[in-house]
Amino acid sequence: MNLIKKYYYGDIPEEKGGQDKSTAHDHSKEWPMWEVFIRSKAGLDHKHAGSIHAADAAMALENARDVYTRRMEGVSIWVVESKHIHATESAEADAFFEPANDKIFRHPTFYNLPDEVKYM
Amino acid sequence: MSIQQLFYTLQLADNALINGHRLSEWCGHGPVLEQDIALSNISLDHLGQARSLYQYAAAQMNALPMDAKLNLFASVALNDKISKGETIEEDDLAFLRDSWDFKNLLLVEQPNEDWAYTIVRSFLFDVFNLYLFNSLKNSKEEQIAAIAEKSLKEVTYHIRWSSEWMIRLGDGTEESHRRLQQAFNDRWMFSGEMFEASNADKEMLQEGIGVDLTLIKNQWQQHISKVVEEATIMLPTNNWMQTGGKQGKHSEQLGYLLTELQFMQRAYPNMEW
Repeated sequence: MNLIKKYYYGDIPEEKGGQDKSTAHDHSKEWPMWEVFIRSKAGLDHKHAGSIHAADAAMALENARDVYTRRMEGVSIWVVESKHIHATESAEADAFFEPANDKIFRHPTFYNLPDEVKYM
Repeated sequence: MSIQQLFYTLQLADNALINGHRLSEWCGHGPVLEQDIALSNISLDHLGQARSLYQYAAAQMNALPMDAKLNLFASVALNDKISKGETIEEDDLAFLRDSWDFKNLLLVEQPNEDWAYTIVRSFLFDVFNLYLFNSLKNSKEEQIAAIAEKSLKEVTYHIRWSSEWMIRLGDGTEESHRRLQQAFNDRWMFSGEMFEASNADKEMLQEGIGVDLTLIKNQWQQHISKVVEEATIMLPTNNWMQTGGKQGKHSEQLGYLLTELQFMQRAYPNMEW
């Protein structure tokens, strides 16, 4: 028995649709998945909160409101269908991210800042 | 303060409690997780409104002289408390009154049946609530005006939710269209009672506390027609309407509902958790 379900996100073909591949039943009638981004208060960034299922964008906004802002978590919601999110592959993580590891000089810590500059 | 004002408050409170309880029955049974949570949220909005209204009703009841409040309701448990001189609280009004003491509309006590029946019941009631609270926020009675004002924002979201589902189901597949039309036809006979003025409705209108139900009926009809058209279903032509809820004459459905709703307080009086 396959107890671990594997989900695919990111750059995957449309026909797989980010669906669970380990179960056999028909997913074609399920609502698509949407990623939810919430702004907790005016002036702050929208942050990824999680994902939901919905039939269309209007329902996605409402479902996101009901699932993720019922405890006053937000003042603004973005939703985007998960299939439109393109992600890096974990297999390529070394090539993508490791070259930055030995380049600490890219941090602005080697400059002498005047005391008046408080936030860098 | 008058007994009619207490009855009027209870009409509003009982609608909110019974409708909220019906919607809460979906909790854990929703068709998808997101809609399960949506319904629980809406249910909690109604229960919140019910609490505010019951608190206000309890205050009115406590202010009545003993001979006016004793035997005002049939419930033995409630009269027992009153005769002992105990203060009546919101929970007493919700949990200790019997079916014939409740003044809610027959519409809201009707069972959930399926998604279509639930949507239709919510839709008919939400649109009524919108225009009712919109009018009640100008009530001369400050408490009622304040509760109406607060509820209005919640109701605006409820309508958005139930209207969209009306349109999704009606203008959806052949099966969803057929089942929505069936539900609409079956629940239609419970819609007339909303606009039938009880003694409490009449007296509160005269005193500037209540609303003119004939005005609300017009607004309601216009709103309903628009959504029904968009949902591509037909307004039922049968206009025979059920009546009785505001007078405490309920369908058997309310009995089953109260049995479950009131069980803990009836079996373990005054228990808290």
